[in-house]
Amino acid sequence: MSQSVRTSRPTGTPSWRLGPTELVYVALLGLVLAGGVLVAVQGQNLFSTANLVDMLTRSSLLGFIAIGQTFAILCRSMDLSVGYVVALTSLVAATTMDGDPGRIPLGIVAVLLVAGAVGLVNGLVIAVLRVNPFIATLGMGLIIKGYLDTQYQGPAGRVPSEFQQFGYTRIGFVPLSTAVMLALAVAGIIYLRRSRTGYHMFAVGGNVEVARMSGIRTGRVLVTAHVLCAMCAGIAGLLIAARFSVGDPRVADNLYELDSIAAVVLGGTLLLGGRGGIGGTVGGVLILAVLDTVFNIMQVDPFFKDVLRGVIIVAAVAIYARRQLDRQARRIRFDDGGGGGDSRADKSPPGAPVRAGERGGDR
Amino acid sequence: MRSTPRMMLAALAAAGLVLAGCTTDEPEDATAPDDAEDVDESDDTEDEEPADDEEAPSDEWFVQADYERELAQRDIEPEGSADQPWLQALEPAMVDTGEFALDTEGNTLCFSNASISNPWRVTGWITMQQQVEVYQASGEIGEFRVSDAADDDNQQISDIQAFVDDGDCDAIIISPSTTSTLTPAVQAACESGVPVIVFDRGVETDCMVTFIHPIGGYAFGADAAEFLVDNLEPGSTVLALRILPGVDVLEHRWAAAQQIFGDSELEILGDEFTGGDGAEIKTIVTQYLQRGAVDGIWMDAGAGAVAAVEAYEDTGNDYPVMTGEDELSFLRKWQETGMTAIAPVYSNFQWRTPIEAAVRIWNGEEVPSEWVLPQNPITEADRDEFLEGNADMPDLHYAKFGGEDLPGFPDVWQDR
Amino acid sequence: MNPRSRTADVLSRVFTGGTGTVYALLLIIFTVIFFVNASFLEPPSLMAFLKNAAPLVLLAIGQYFVIASGELDLSVGSLVGAQVVIAARLIDGEESRTVPVLLLMLAFGVLVGLVNGLVTTLLKVQSLITTLGMMLVLFGAVRFWTGGAPTGALSDAFRQPGRGGIDMPVVRQLPWALLILIGFVVLAIVLMRSSFGKTLIATGDNDRAASFSGVRVWQVRTTAFVLSSVMATFAAILIGGFAGVTAQVGQGLEFSAITAVVLGGVVLGGGRGTVIGAMGGALALQALFTLFNQLALPSTLRPSVQGVIIIAAVAYAAREHARPRPAKPPPKAEQSPRTTAITN
Repeated sequence: MSQSVRTSRPTGTPSWRLGPTELVYVALLGLVLAGGVLVAVQGQNLFSTANLVDMLTRSSLLGFIAIGQTFAILCRSMDLSVGYVVALTSLVAATTMDGDPGRIPLGIVAVLLVAGAVGLVNGLVIAVLRVNPFIATLGMGLIIKGYLDTQYQGPAGRVPSEFQQFGYTRIGFVPLSTAVMLALAVAGIIYLRRSRTGYHMFAVGGNVEVARMSGIRTGRVLVTAHVLCAMCAGIAGLLIAARFSVGDPRVADNLYELDSIAAVVLGGTLLLGGRGGIGGTVGGVLILAVLDTVFNIMQVDPFFKDVLRGVIIVAAVAIYARRQLDRQARRIRFDDGGGGGDSRADKSPPGAPVRAGERGGDR
Repeated sequence: MRSTPRMMLAALAAAGLVLAGCTTDEPEDATAPDDAEDVDESDDTEDEEPADDEEAPSDEWFVQADYERELAQRDIEPEGSADQPWLQALEPAMVDTGEFALDTEGNTLCFSNASISNPWRVTGWITMQQQVEVYQASGEIGEFRVSDAADDDNQQISDIQAFVDDGDCDAIIISPSTTSTLTPAVQAACESGVPVIVFDRGVETDCMVTFIHPIGGYAFGADAAEFLVDNLEPGSTVLALRILPGVDVLEHRWAAAQQIFGDSELEILGDEFTGGDGAEIKTIVTQYLQRGAVDGIWMDAGAGAVAAVEAYEDTGNDYPVMTGEDELSFLRKWQETGMTAIAPVYSNFQWRTPIEAAVRIWNGEEVPSEWVLPQNPITEADRDEFLEGNADMPDLHYAKFGGEDLPGFPDVWQDR
Repeated sequence: MNPRSRTADVLSRVFTGGTGTVYALLLIIFTVIFFVNASFLEPPSLMAFLKNAAPLVLLAIGQYFVIASGELDLSVGSLVGAQVVIAARLIDGEESRTVPVLLLMLAFGVLVGLVNGLVTTLLKVQSLITTLGMMLVLFGAVRFWTGGAPTGALSDAFRQPGRGGIDMPVVRQLPWALLILIGFVVLAIVLMRSSFGKTLIATGDNDRAASFSGVRVWQVRTTAFVLSSVMATFAAILIGGFAGVTAQVGQGLEFSAITAVVLGGVVLGGGRGTVIGAMGGALALQALFTLFNQLALPSTLRPSVQGVIIIAAVAYAAREHARPRPAKPPPKAEQSPRTTAITN
């Protein structure tokens, strides 16, 4: 039983271990070195201020979203509505602040409230109505899309220049937004490892039935995960508002949700839930950012970029997945309509319909 | 968990970085929106929204002054020779570029492209590259660096910042992906001292050396709407097909059409968003045809116009009065069916002009501060001539690409 | 089992749970459309509706195979787009090239399915990631090949299945698409009733138990991916035929297909659901879009309404599963795999 309730660092083993998180950073290092060489061959410097700033700026937006997505995926759920949440919150921020520096705190609070509400609804639909997360969050995304299309006919609102600092200020070569993102990551890691709810997320993702029988209020954990996920997306929306100086409904078209899932999986978190963490996610985000920057400097054809990206993401996960399988203990599952004990089967989320006679979700 | 000491270390490191020094990339013109508003009031440049629209969620894309100006511009004779339309300009107010003149040859030209995510942009991009090759052969342009933002505004802001920070660019051309959101980035580029050329969509500032664009969205929408009004009986029904909401170039077209339809006696059955997808368009038109007659179709762009026409064929109806764009598939279908139609254009040859502008600026020559290119729809009278000239081009090529005299013609566009 | 309870058994198997919900939804939507515009239910309109819906049904059937086996295929939208563009470029208007290009497209579809399947099963990459990667690769590769915008043209012969039909009285035109659709649905049902179908469901239900029973899980899943890609290829033929070539063709179809399948009562994670259910889901989704049109619902509101309905339908189906069911009599030996597998 205790096998399923596990963090990414099992007790009793030496604390230094080439776990999935470390592997991500090794891959990142390798990528940076390879990229640096390739770029140098072209006569450019990957580590120039401009390029470092570029890399880190790319990583901050996706970083916020991916950190949030980690919470959801750890609970064996997912959130496909994050792109729309980013768009919505950027508009909320811009229209609330309305050019007035005094209203910045109000704008931030409004964003967190709106995002939290979206996350709450997502979580409740998944936990209580037991709609599977793919559909629930896809549906929520569509609902937000309709609202955005109806209410806003283009960019709106005005962000005061004091808040635009969030999007543009740099500390040396580290953008402020990246620093905030890293701070959020640290906070997230502490939360997952130290707080009870955070710890429970691994349990719920590992085996929701066992978690429930252990006395964990799985529904609440799930809802909390989705609220946190949406709020992180809300912070991404704040960043967009700061960078653009307006809110923009069209930001949702950029498929951030799929990118964020890719980053989380690249970071070693299992789509099946129960394993992984934010540390790996940040590594995954950085990998994608370095890739994109190198492609940009080398002026790779934009369409060929997609091909390379697709291949690299799959290849990277193939390398991680294989390693994890060798080490992972077989998990005995109760019938939950899902796959067997390896990480191949994707999603049988906690809210999935179960066989007659059983009830999932919260008590 | 032994992570706490590491967390502490990380926090200390972060604090240390902060002490190491902060800089900001934000444009000094920090009150950018306010400045843009003042500029709006006085300059009335295209694609800028006036003050009241910025304070509230914009419900109105319609700016009366811009609308009237664009419609009037259609009738103005441009300066310059008609066989080089990409060099023509409507009532240009010239600026002196002496401060940017360079004695050197082989200068670096940087281009921040919104994307090449639709056939119109692809056609223009090929044309622009050919134009660059001409100047590379003659030595004015050395390196041509391009960043493609794949329609991601945030990405484009970073791309422009990277160009500015690198410091290697002798001129920066920007095709912004969205008007308002790219404004701070363009301003930052201007402040770096490098000449900035903006084309296609504009931004809410006039700090750049020149802003190149054809007359504009209002004129496009008006060309199509007026054609429908002129060719349909009062009381006829019209269906409007639109691609996406919230994109200013498209919203202006629809706003102008609404204005004109409002003053006419045509009945507008509805306006539908299609995403430019042929199957969606055909399905929508078919369903409207099932409910009753649709005498005319107004479209805000040419993508999928052929699918709309096919819907009539498949349901056994007579052809409508049709509006499309200078996409060859539409022109060919128009010729084949002989229907009553017009093809408004959003002058694809505007992709050549920024290169010309860059070279002129480096030579210290005058350029118009706002370079308004002609925008003449293709009518029945000149359609066949355009089709002959583009006989072997692919269907998703644009007739007014303006590259007939460039070295790669016709293969580069044909073989794309 | 006596004949009467056997019929009841079949009916209950087909129409309970998610399948029942989706056909009820379909009925409701059709009824509302009828009230808004009675002429919709006239034969010519119905034929046109089925012609429009056929590609989505094919995609849903393909996606059904994959989801029933416990995986997910996000690459079908890009594959449809790629196939249409490949066809246009290679045919380039020449009628004589139609058949060779069709065969090439089928081969390409099989290849894509094989890659999806083998990477997921042998390299053990989660199918969400594999097919996401494949989606990116197809999207980029095709545009890279054509320089960013589709070139060439489809021949009339190619466009016949999607656009044409047999002219008949009463219905005005019996679309080829409808005949192709019915053909594939029948084939799919036959396939699912064969031993392959049973092993497919068993794999999705519990792949460890299935592999202990001697099922080659990797073969079954790979076959499911190949089937999905082949169905996507046929859907591409229909879509390309229907609407011609536009630059955005195929985008977003994977989400529509998955939505259709889930609406139809197939459970994400595998092991349950029927082909009929998936087909019902696709028809219901298409009917929903038609309803929006007939109601002249403002275009901007439609995504919201769609989202609410999707969540509601799936929530309703999920509720049904939660309710305790009356105990079933112990199934007879020869029927047990089918009963437990197919009942929603």
